[in-house]
Amino acid sequence: MLWQQLINGLALGSTYALIALGYTMVYGIIQLINFAHGEIFMAGAFFAFLMVMVLKVNIFIALILAMAFCMLLGIFIEFVAYRRLRNSSRLSALISAIGVSIFLSTLALLVFGADAKGFPDGIFPNGQLQLGSVSISFLQILIFVVSGFLMLTLQFIVHRTKIGKAMRATSQDYNTAALMGVNVNMVISFTFALGSMLAAAGGVLVGVYFNAVSFNMGLLVGLKAFAAAVLGGIGSIPGAMLGGILLGVTEVFTVTVGFSSYRDAIAFAVLVLVLLFRPSGLLGQKIQKKV
Amino acid sequence: MLTIRNLSVNYGAIRALTGVSLQVQRREIIALIGANGAGKTTVLNTISGIVPATGGTIIFEDRDITRIPPHKIAAAGIAHVPEGRKVFPRMTVIENLEMGAYIRRDKEGIKASFQEVFQRFPRLSERKNQPAATLSGGEQQMLAMGRALMAKPQLVLMDEPSMGLAPLLVETIFEIIKEINQSGTTILLVEQNAHMALSIAHRAYVLEIGEIVLNGNAAELADNPEVRKAYLGE
Repeated sequence: MLWQQLINGLALGSTYALIALGYTMVYGIIQLINFAHGEIFMAGAFFAFLMVMVLKVNIFIALILAMAFCMLLGIFIEFVAYRRLRNSSRLSALISAIGVSIFLSTLALLVFGADAKGFPDGIFPNGQLQLGSVSISFLQILIFVVSGFLMLTLQFIVHRTKIGKAMRATSQDYNTAALMGVNVNMVISFTFALGSMLAAAGGVLVGVYFNAVSFNMGLLVGLKAFAAAVLGGIGSIPGAMLGGILLGVTEVFTVTVGFSSYRDAIAFAVLVLVLLFRPSGLLGQKIQKKV
Repeated sequence: MLTIRNLSVNYGAIRALTGVSLQVQRREIIALIGANGAGKTTVLNTISGIVPATGGTIIFEDRDITRIPPHKIAAAGIAHVPEGRKVFPRMTVIENLEMGAYIRRDKEGIKASFQEVFQRFPRLSERKNQPAATLSGGEQQMLAMGRALMAKPQLVLMDEPSMGLAPLLVETIFEIIKEINQSGTTILLVEQNAHMALSIAHRAYVLEIGEIVLNGNAAELADNPEVRKAYLGE
């Protein structure tokens, strides 16, 4: 029972982690809470749904296409809604982000209607792996494999590639990175591209896992992933991964012990507690400035 | 090599620089001295493109760089050792140096530059896998200088390299600046420590409230009674 719930929690938490990464990376670079990020997650789920329904592609192709679509969407949103506001107050950019968020969810409502859409049966094999008393569904295995692969790839990009190092440099010191010859605008676009691709993957996985894709799915999951990013320490990539997984596990255990009506409240209770007692989050940066 | 004509810079309604003109010839060390808030750092930040010019022109190697973005100015051959060193705190010494070589693609050349930098700053070699935040102030200054050299720049802008360092260390740092210059790199040096700056510079400019008030041969400026009174503490 305990192990079973742990597996369920890890599966849910992995999807939160994928989404939390986008919040944390964007915040790390331009100190913006990208409130449209949840809607990018929703857009990814819908795009994959469309691909499956219209083009009849399999779920893996749909996943890749959704990631590509959201990559472009993320770059486009940054360019249209945030770039011009880079030097104005943070509040302006935040309001712009909320505007984009409302725009995208309303657009999805107009195009797809208010009802949740389900992926067709058989989109992914329904079987499960039995390990003693614990059963892991193929879908959960898919979630672990895809999110694990994406997070490892992200770590590789951020730590081993030139553009990844430029990302880290830009997040640590924006102006000095530019002095090194880093095209900061390009790095910001790249960051939005990466974060949006991860959110799209999260959207497709959540859409298939709960077999529901709806115009407002980005709101709650987006806020929870944001809470996860704050829990881990906003700006910290390992923090977002850890925060997402902790939040997913906590949520599943809340349901297990019988407080299922409070499952959503838990995420925000965690958010409040973290902000009260450890504002820098579990793995947030606490390096003091030397004077 | 670098010619600044009639440069003015405003921060909002506040005028930071008024009609600043200066020239840097190849292989020179030029010192820009002046009191706190005179606008020395603004001059360097405007050359690098971090701060936009309100008027005037900056010509580097016959090319107008007044309005081009910082990353292109870096690629044109100007490296900047910023005020307060500004090393990337959570990146290792090696990664900081790699960032210095960001504009370069010649892998072999970059390797050779690593060797040169580690030879010039053995302390950096000892600490190459440490995050830059764990270095002492002097080591961070060396890292910021090494990082600039990794770009193989034609011109290095140095902003207050002596800031916050013990006197003995300041001497070492200035000795290294002299060596870097002798190996062929041109240097524009901003300093509050006018005494040290004038001792290694070929020529110097004195900045007062956003305007150049004096310029000339560094040794002559060091003997100028006004300069001695205002900046050398006599």
